[in-house]
Amino acid sequence: MGSIFNAQQIVNGLQVGSIYALIALGYTMVYGIVRLINFAHGDFYMIGAYASYGAFFLFNAFFAGKTGILAFIVLVASMLAGGLIAMLANRLAYRPLRYKPKLSSLITAIGVSMFLEYFFSALPMIGPSYRSFPDILPRVEINLGIATISNYVIIDIAVAAVLMVGLTILVRYSVLGKAMRAVSQDKDAARLMGIDIEKVIGYTFMIGGAFAGVAGLLAGMTYPRIFPYMGIQPGLKAFIAAVLGGIGSIPGAVLGAYIMGLAETFASAYNSLIGEGIAFAILILVLLIRPRGLLGEKTADKI
Amino acid sequence: MPNLKTIKLPKLLIFAAVLYAAIEILYKTDLMNGYILHIINQSLIYVILAVSLNLINGITGQFSLGHMGFAGVGAYVSGTLTTLIFKLSPSAPGGMLVFIASIVAGGIAAAIIGFLIGFPSLRLKGDYLAIVTLGFGEIIRTVFNNIDYVGGPRGLLGIPKFSNFTVIFVAAFLTIVIIRNLIESSHGRAMLSIRENELAAELVGIDTTKYKVLAFSIGAFFAGIAGGLFAHLLQLAHPTQFGFIKSVEVLIMIYAGGVGSITGSTVAAFALTFLSEGLRLGIRFVADTTGLPIGGEWRMVIYSLLLIFIMLFRTEGLMGTKESRLIKIGEAD
Repeated sequence: MGSIFNAQQIVNGLQVGSIYALIALGYTMVYGIVRLINFAHGDFYMIGAYASYGAFFLFNAFFAGKTGILAFIVLVASMLAGGLIAMLANRLAYRPLRYKPKLSSLITAIGVSMFLEYFFSALPMIGPSYRSFPDILPRVEINLGIATISNYVIIDIAVAAVLMVGLTILVRYSVLGKAMRAVSQDKDAARLMGIDIEKVIGYTFMIGGAFAGVAGLLAGMTYPRIFPYMGIQPGLKAFIAAVLGGIGSIPGAVLGAYIMGLAETFASAYNSLIGEGIAFAILILVLLIRPRGLLGEKTADKI
Repeated sequence: MPNLKTIKLPKLLIFAAVLYAAIEILYKTDLMNGYILHIINQSLIYVILAVSLNLINGITGQFSLGHMGFAGVGAYVSGTLTTLIFKLSPSAPGGMLVFIASIVAGGIAAAIIGFLIGFPSLRLKGDYLAIVTLGFGEIIRTVFNNIDYVGGPRGLLGIPKFSNFTVIFVAAFLTIVIIRNLIESSHGRAMLSIRENELAAELVGIDTTKYKVLAFSIGAFFAGIAGGLFAHLLQLAHPTQFGFIKSVEVLIMIYAGGVGSITGSTVAAFALTFLSEGLRLGIRFVADTTGLPIGGEWRMVIYSLLLIFIMLFRTEGLMGTKESRLIKIGEAD
């Protein structure tokens, strides 16, 4: 056995980090805009995985063999499902509480999260047990000498990278992106400038949910199994990644997620119990040493 | 009237004594079976959990999601202690005293861990405590799962049965009285002021971090006590008993009862423990009679909807911040 810091582990860490990054982006965007820790975000990831699973079996009959079309349909299904459920959760559960004490939205978010998990496992056609995810694309192992990489790992990293570049362009250059940045800076001023705040918040939830949905599809494909509680652990870790990077900061979430993915992979290679606990240790350290995170902005109390 | 405290406490004491006697008589005369008494015992332990969580979430306005994790610490520490002591000398004298000492040790262990994880997260404003305690709850479960000495995933088995109705009742009563008195003291007022406006509290010279950490550690202490009582009632401590979902069940109790109301938490702990048991029997009955594949998950579906609806339509809980006259002190009612 060589060192735990070898090329294989780095690739695995980047793959785990890519999935965390897609989830963490939704956390950080929603937190940046409404200051809410959306506990149900991990469950949007689970729903994305189940939606793509369902879509695969639904359309497999029509497009059997046409892998490209199927992969595209499955991707769209996961994004739509994640985005729609996020928008619905926002509209039905979070929006009525927008101007109530912050704690009530947080508790509602826990309720939404539990509802989605248990409702899915209570539904007879889904059930609480594991399901194995079908191979949408043929699995190829590529041997590079220093590491063996599955094509799925490359897909995970590439899809995440493309989506993140897309999000950066959207936030930097589009009108919606400008409105999102305005609302996250100052809600009241944004409203006075004629921005429909609720619409912007709705879109933010939708984009975050769609990203989480894709992460669910990628995780389902790679690991390949899905179950109703699959979102809890990655959701928690992605949130810690967002705190590490500086909650509210989009580049921070990505940076934090990759650090987290790598740290977790290395630690798990060393000892599985340490692998479980490393995320938590990182969280405590960040809170003690640099609570605003690596790229977070310093905020002052307004009196 | 110079000191209302001395007049009010006996009223609560008399009420508790009457309640205790009534339940004891019902049980002794076989009007109430052991099953009901067992649920009452569980409800009383949940009273301890809910009232102590209310000190953190309701009174101090912080947000802990890992209350059952502290109960787990208490359960494992006290369970290991009593099992060890009575394995070494089965006829150790003063069994009850050893039991109470180990329960308190479990509470202290929980309080120390509460301090250790509360300090970094409570120094900051915002929702960090929620995420730290959520992570803590998961970590503590993993730790119990991986320590072979305490049974690992099988759980800690063969804990002697020391918890009985009397012990649990007295513990619940003491918890209510101690936390009530704490809230009415100047320390408690400082905690309340943090909930109302943290910035203003800081500006009038209250050491907000100190009081947040104090409330959190005291809450963890009582959770540890409750965990120890649970372990010695069920005669086992299992990692799954102390997971996130169990913490949320306690959370629902305090928000159903009313944020910051001890009376509300107490009533809700009883109501929800009985509701939970009723739902379990009801779901099994429906599944048996109709043959539909209905599982225990529906209980949690109902619970989560209950939580969402309470928040949407009655944010302050059913009782709000109202207290029963028995609990109040210092108010000329």
